[in-house]
Amino acid sequence: MGRKLLLEHINVPGINTLEVYRQKGGYRSVEKALKQMTPEEIVEEVKKSGLRGRGGAGFPTGMKWGFLAKPEGVARYLVCNGDESEPGTFKDRYLMTYIPHALIEGMIVGSFALGAHVSYIYLRGEMMPQIRILEKAIAEAKAAGFLGKNILGTGYDLELYVQPGGGAYICGEETALLESLEGKRGNPRIKPPFPAIAGLYGCPTVVNNVESIAAVVPIINDGGEEYAKIGVGRSTGTKLISAGGNLKKPGVYEIELGLTCEEFVYSDEYCGGIANGKTLKAVVAGGSSVPILPNNLFFKTANGEARLMSYESLSDGGFATGTMLGSGGFIAYDEDQCIVRNTWNFTRFYHHESCGQCSPCREGTGWMEKVLHRLEHGHGKMSDIDLLVDVSKKIEGNTICPLGDAAAWPVASAIRHFRDEFEWHVTHPSEATTRNFGLAHYADPLPKKEETAA
Amino acid sequence: MLRVEDTTEHAPVTFSAELIAKFDDVVSRYPQGKQKSALLPILHLVQAELGWVSPPAMDKVAEYLSIQPIEVYEVATFYTMYLLRPQGKFLFEVCRTGPCEIVGAGKIMDYIENKLGVKEGEVTPDGLFSWRGVECLAACGYGPVLQIGPEYTFYENLTEQSVDQLISDLKAKANN
Ligand SMILES: Cc1cc2nc3c(=O)[nH]c(=O)nc-3n(C[C@H](O)[C@H](O)[C@H](O)COP(=O)(O)O)c2cc1C
Ligand code: SF4
Ligand code: FES
Repeated sequence: MGRKLLLEHINVPGINTLEVYRQKGGYRSVEKALKQMTPEEIVEEVKKSGLRGRGGAGFPTGMKWGFLAKPEGVARYLVCNGDESEPGTFKDRYLMTYIPHALIEGMIVGSFALGAHVSYIYLRGEMMPQIRILEKAIAEAKAAGFLGKNILGTGYDLELYVQPGGGAYICGEETALLESLEGKRGNPRIKPPFPAIAGLYGCPTVVNNVESIAAVVPIINDGGEEYAKIGVGRSTGTKLISAGGNLKKPGVYEIELGLTCEEFVYSDEYCGGIANGKTLKAVVAGGSSVPILPNNLFFKTANGEARLMSYESLSDGGFATGTMLGSGGFIAYDEDQCIVRNTWNFTRFYHHESCGQCSPCREGTGWMEKVLHRLEHGHGKMSDIDLLVDVSKKIEGNTICPLGDAAAWPVASAIRHFRDEFEWHVTHPSEATTRNFGLAHYADPLPKKEETAA
Repeated sequence: MLRVEDTTEHAPVTFSAELIAKFDDVVSRYPQGKQKSALLPILHLVQAELGWVSPPAMDKVAEYLSIQPIEVYEVATFYTMYLLRPQGKFLFEVCRTGPCEIVGAGKIMDYIENKLGVKEGEVTPDGLFSWRGVECLAACGYGPVLQIGPEYTFYENLTEQSVDQLISDLKAKANN
């Protein structure tokens, strides 16, 4: 059994209440941080832990906290990113539903470390039930003296508020989130300035994912070094993986980073294998934005080494043969799934969610959607495949925010690894509308790497 | 409370004292002068009350927040949760994104369309139901899923039987 730092008590009845959460050691990190540590020591501890942002980009949290500007007399903010809209990702919702106090506790410690006196938890508006849960937890924490004025008699004041979004994936991008929190359309800002200098209301701001903030609790309780002992290399600690698609046991799992991909998919402790006795065809390992991999390349790197669930191992081979850990939104595709259809679906998503500020993203996602639609529906041409690659390249790197890249990568990777299937849609248009291409050779457990790596 | 069938595009709107008190509570969360931050939460409150956000309601919100009406319109039209025309009392928002699609979201949407007998975005003659496809709802492991506002209750692992059950439960609820 892997160690659990976030979900250890998930099955304890009443763990969503302050009382039971306290019985299980909850809010110890607040006592320790506020009474025995300076803000600098907390930041130092987070740096030592090696914790990397759990929202998708994997930026070291301690370093981000260290960058926060601290001009005299200017408010600073910690804003929690609970927008969770990346297809495949549903871990934050799970954590907040069942252990809301873990997030509140982390928010108090984080706010103290950054010198914030008002902090916001921004949740996607569809998470109304979670907003109610968190508001109740905040009220409980306040009544117990963990929030409000003069917390635990230390003189530190903090108010915590939950803010709903309005239904827009782009508001997960941190500067779009800040715009949204200011009551505006979610248009990402041009950076620099970065939020660490000018964020919410133009004040220095740190934006962190729900899971990153909750992970601060065990780091403060047990020390950064203890946390860093878990995992491999620069992938320290545990990670929540939300597993969906054609799995026997979809759900949210806390893994020690460095678990083998094989064990994650097939062992009964985690996903329990593929549903309905089917074979795994492809995997999207870290949310819809990361490159899709065929089964063989997911389990083994191009060098034939076992692939691990870690930042480094998943990205081994770059985009030619690797992918990314991303947000931990894991999607498994069985042999009956159509890669062209899935790519079209994702592209429709990005087109729908583009904020429209940059032409390459706004127009490019629309074109890709149209071309993929005609390929999927049997009206495609062979040249469409290269057209898609061309459009995706023109979006990539040419936009204000990374949504453009996020839209380009799934298309480029699907064609890179499943070109046969796209071609089959062109050569067999009527069949393509009635049956799927199936596995072809992609499910071969290796060594087909020369072909797929090309 | 205003009922959907009573609503016309430009019916004048008044906010109750209770609703205004809720607005005030939201505004108190932000620094002085940053009351515009309350816009998204307030539009949710308005929608929960009226069933949608009508143009006169948006104007009222602008007045309340001391901002220009256009600042409200541009937000209400940018975010997909705000309903710009009346919907059924129960709006089924069904996730249609990849992970749900591969576990049968498309079939469930077809089933809902047939069962309710209305196309996406249309309202059943009794005013009770409408439906639409929406993007990933962060419940991908439990697909197909749908949500129903204003509390955004989730219904997961949908099957034809569970959709039938849901519709008959909601009908019973509406007739009580
Ligand atoms: C289009 C887009 C969507 C994003 N969505 C989310 C999200 O839903 N949740 C999240 O935590 N980060 C999301 N991010 C990443 C955030 O911009 C930011 O990097 C993150 O919140 C930082 O927190 P972390 O360092 O704790 O991961 C998104 C980024 C982009 C470009
Ligand atoms: S890349 Fe797309 S989503 Fe991002 S700012 Fe540009 S148009 Fe908006
Ligand atoms: S894809 Fe349907 S909830 Fe995520």
